[in-house]
Amino acid sequence: METLWFMIVAVMLTAYVVLDGFDLGAGIIYLTVARTSDERRTVLRAIGPVWDGNEVWLLAAGGTLYFAFPQLYASSFSGFYLPLMMVLWLLMLRAIGIEFRTHIENPVWQAFFDAVFFGASALLAIFFGAALGNVIRGVPLGPDGYFFEPMWTTFKLGPNPGILDWYTVTTGVVALVTLTVHGALYVAVKTENELSRRARGVAIMLWPVQFFLTCFSLGVTYWIRPSVMDNYRAHPIGLLVPVVVFGSLAVMMWAAPKGKEKRAFIASCVYIAGMLVGAAFALYPVVLPARTAAYSLTIYNTAAGHHGLAVGMVWWTMGVVLALGYFVFVYRMFRGKVRLEGGGY
Amino acid sequence: MDSALLIHRLHFAFTATFHYLFPQLTMGLAPLIVVLKTIGLRRNDETYHQAARFWAKIFGISFVLGVVTGIPMEFQFGTNWSVFSRFAGGVIGQTLAMEGMFAFFLESAFLGLFLYGEKRLSPKAHWWSAMAVFLGSWLSGYFIIATDAWMQHPVGYVHAADGSVQLSSFWELVLNPWAWWQYAHNMSGAGITGAFVMASVGAFYLLGRKHVEHGKIFVKVGVVAGCIFSVLQLFPTGDGQGKMVALNQPVTLAAMESLFEGQPGAPLVIIGQPNVDEKKIDNPILVPKMLSFLTYRRWNAHVQGLDAFPPEQWPQNIPLLYYSYHIMVGLGTIFIAVMVVAVLLLWRGKLFDARWMLWLLLLSLPFPFIANTAGWLTAELGRQPWLVYGLMRTADGYSKNVSAGNGLFTLLGFMGMYTVLGILFLFLIRFEIERGPEADRAAAH
Repeated sequence: METLWFMIVAVMLTAYVVLDGFDLGAGIIYLTVARTSDERRTVLRAIGPVWDGNEVWLLAAGGTLYFAFPQLYASSFSGFYLPLMMVLWLLMLRAIGIEFRTHIENPVWQAFFDAVFFGASALLAIFFGAALGNVIRGVPLGPDGYFFEPMWTTFKLGPNPGILDWYTVTTGVVALVTLTVHGALYVAVKTENELSRRARGVAIMLWPVQFFLTCFSLGVTYWIRPSVMDNYRAHPIGLLVPVVVFGSLAVMMWAAPKGKEKRAFIASCVYIAGMLVGAAFALYPVVLPARTAAYSLTIYNTAAGHHGLAVGMVWWTMGVVLALGYFVFVYRMFRGKVRLEGGGY
Repeated sequence: MDSALLIHRLHFAFTATFHYLFPQLTMGLAPLIVVLKTIGLRRNDETYHQAARFWAKIFGISFVLGVVTGIPMEFQFGTNWSVFSRFAGGVIGQTLAMEGMFAFFLESAFLGLFLYGEKRLSPKAHWWSAMAVFLGSWLSGYFIIATDAWMQHPVGYVHAADGSVQLSSFWELVLNPWAWWQYAHNMSGAGITGAFVMASVGAFYLLGRKHVEHGKIFVKVGVVAGCIFSVLQLFPTGDGQGKMVALNQPVTLAAMESLFEGQPGAPLVIIGQPNVDEKKIDNPILVPKMLSFLTYRRWNAHVQGLDAFPPEQWPQNIPLLYYSYHIMVGLGTIFIAVMVVAVLLLWRGKLFDARWMLWLLLLSLPFPFIANTAGWLTAELGRQPWLVYGLMRTADGYSKNVSAGNGLFTLLGFMGMYTVLGILFLFLIRFEIERGPEADRAAAH
């Protein structure tokens, strides 16, 4: 039962990163790729009807995490207190950047919110990458199951690391580049002409960087935490995950320059999902490794009671079927290239 | 009071109070928008469709603020109240996760359709998207209320070996009788806010002789809905909620009324300042025996006073609790009076010319927000010193690993951020009201 909920939470978080990832990425390339006022409105309209729904995956994943693993929720949220609060502020700034920009037709007002939208999107991508880096590296959990990390200490991986050290900054940059490519491909799919070509250009240009960073980050991850390979050694089937990751990178390299943006975008989704599933596979059954291994939080010492988990399975299944139904419906409603006539943004 | 405890309490109180200014408006406006759309569809009247579109815009702006200020609420259970989350997550995780799965997905998916899809959808499908947004926002309200109701009146749980509590009965949790009364009372409170805001904007248009046709619709729908919700707020919902408190938290009732000594035929205090040190009310205006009657329907019934309970069970901040409760009840009574008179004027066909009444409606705008806030303060201060009534004290629930300094840093951050959000909100709402309901969406962008 705990394992099932571990998988559910991992899948929900992956869904969040894949979905919100493209609108974060659209925000990152927004200032450079969309230059005229019409182009900016086109990009906003490409993500307008869906970004809020994408973000709900974060909330729903958070809620499900709270419900299934309350001890993990309590320890990690209080331990990552400062970066989480900053993520909240950035999510707020980004939301008002998108939604309030269009209400008033004034170049200064719009330029201000454009900058807010870009800045918050880029910082969020880095923060999410650094968050994942923290989880993989491990945190200074005490015997009581609590910890508190300052934003940074010495930038080295000592017994008392900060949120930001050289490793987590690396994972932050990986996330930034990955989501930039992801967003660029989405914008390339959803728009036409010059704007679409420019977005595609960004994805092609960043591909070598993404490839290098993928190899580099996997290498240093093994170096700082050799135990990440344990599950792969015990269950070699897991090695399919890295194959999928590099396969999807290859598809991206092949498809994007040929103008097959849709295929490249799907490959990018698979790449992100592969990276995250690979990390979850390596961690299991640990959910938050401690710097002192004995204090690590696992699915077994953090889960809610069995009755609650069993009941949850019933309503969660109903809820997710409904949610997927809405998603298919909304994405079908707004499918196709974005054009500028009509209301909104 | 330990300063870290104080900071974490203020942190939650401040962010929750600010947050709830927006959901009460969206939950209140949602059914009214459905009403406007229904009339527009039935009579095929473009003015009603314009009215619905105008309120959808106001709804949209408020909804964004509700969402962005709501995310911190869910996070704070873990960040600022981690000991509480460890203790109670096995139970209230249920309702919080269900809110995400059932309400948020529904709301966010259909809000996009509702705001941006009118041209792509048939009128019927667009009506259904409005309905789905209404349903989602009210469902969301239920799950939050059920969570709070469990903290007020814990049910359906067992103690686990590690000291936490875990779910034992899903249906007891979801069908908590406290939750039903609290939900009914809270939603009719939100309805009051939506109705007063709509009537107030309508009155503004009529007084300024701009957008008169729309102004009349707003005032009409606003006062009719306002009258219904104001009455429901008192009876049966307020009455039922009060009985819940009297039955399950008698010490809270005594503190709300600042009844220091239990007595038969207890009086109701209309005005007066509680003097906790001397255990009396200064400058009281009393209605004799009224409190006994309201609580037990008998004039000479004995009502328990604070003296019946040991002081460590008393809510710590009795004066603030007393004022919150009295402000809520006082404003609620005034709302009924205003709305009943307004509906009578409407019925006699005199409302749109009764400028004194329109002024009254216009100036009433902030008070439903104050009343709803005061109501929530009553509920939450009344639960003190408990975080989960009878099971966990507030002083034991906060994150011991987050220092007062770190807590103050983010509290100040939220204060700054919310000041900016509040200013932006007022600015945009003013702009939309100025532009009026006839402005064509497409041309404006």
